[in-house]
Amino acid sequence: MALQPTHELHGRRFGRNLGVGLLLAGFVALVFALTVVKVQQGDRGHADDFKGGAVTPIDTASMP
Amino acid sequence: MSDIHAYERAETAPGEAGFGDYVQLLKPRVMSLVVFTAMVGLLVAPVHLHPVEAFAAILFIALGAGASGALNMWWDADIDAVMRRTRSRPIPAGRVRPGEALGLGLALSGISVVMLGLATNLLAGGLLAFTIFFYAVVYTMGLKRWTPQNIVIGGAAGAFPPMIGWVAATGQIGLEAVLMFLVIFIWTPPHFWALALFVKSDYQNAGVPMLTVTHGRRVTRNHVLAYSVLLAPIPVWAALTSIGGPLSLAVALVLDAIFLVGAWRIFRRDEVQAEADGYRVEKSFFGFSILYLFLTFGAFLAEAALRPWGLGGW
Repeated sequence: MALQPTHELHGRRFGRNLGVGLLLAGFVALVFALTVVKVQQGDRGHADDFKGGAVTPIDTASMP
Repeated sequence: MSDIHAYERAETAPGEAGFGDYVQLLKPRVMSLVVFTAMVGLLVAPVHLHPVEAFAAILFIALGAGASGALNMWWDADIDAVMRRTRSRPIPAGRVRPGEALGLGLALSGISVVMLGLATNLLAGGLLAFTIFFYAVVYTMGLKRWTPQNIVIGGAAGAFPPMIGWVAATGQIGLEAVLMFLVIFIWTPPHFWALALFVKSDYQNAGVPMLTVTHGRRVTRNHVLAYSVLLAPIPVWAALTSIGGPLSLAVALVLDAIFLVGAWRIFRRDEVQAEADGYRVEKSFFGFSILYLFLTFGAFLAEAALRPWGLGGW
């Protein structure tokens, strides 16, 4: 049976595709916003590794 | 699970469900409660997240709850078809195939856990993963059909969201988070047993071992009172911690008094009296229990909102 362009099935598919598309766009926007916030705050998870001499420089002169 | 084969032959062709059918799989009404309690847990915490992080945290906690709802509907499709309350859900109604619900549930579980971990901290992500596992595997696949204590232990899954919200903000589990967990955990059994008292035929037909089915309605009434007594001190204790204050203490005391009176009335009644008035007391207790939870957490939120003006808290 040929489907007419106005068939209810098309409307349902369009609604579903529109919903998924909007969700994906929203997800991308949220990840972008989170990235901006994290960058502005600095990487708190590793920032302390480089404070107060926590990372000891390698003495290359004494290496063989 | 053999009944599921019947749904696979239902009229909906693969991949032809509407967008709303997939939303229904996520149990939006349960999600709304999760959003509210997680938001309270996050906002009453002493550490404040950036609004974007807070929004993301609540969104992914809600998404995790939705994922476990989809996994629950996938596994319980056979009993959902039997119960009047659930037979119009997307899978038993033939609008969504079981495999689609399983795929959606697994995909959203992964996305929500990973994204919550990245947006906030790994402990929050881990707690969300545990909650999904607890609800989908421990409760849905295990306890629900095996023991009349299903509601007691399964209630833990619904109790985790405020704790996850707190952990998302602070990075650790504090006393306040445990108390918010306990409020929902101990509130759940009397809430659902009151429901089971006036929808008895549904659970019996589905073969779900609710306390009303296995131990009788007299025992269920005793349990409603016992758990209500156990619940009463928890919101009062929480009101005396850093998330509480005079307002939440007053709210807790008033709500406890009404809740205990309702539980006492359920305890004092027998089936003849209940059937005579169409389970009026049980229905009113069930309705009030929803208000109880909303107002208890609302009071904690109000304390946090009033704090900047020097009004909330101790």
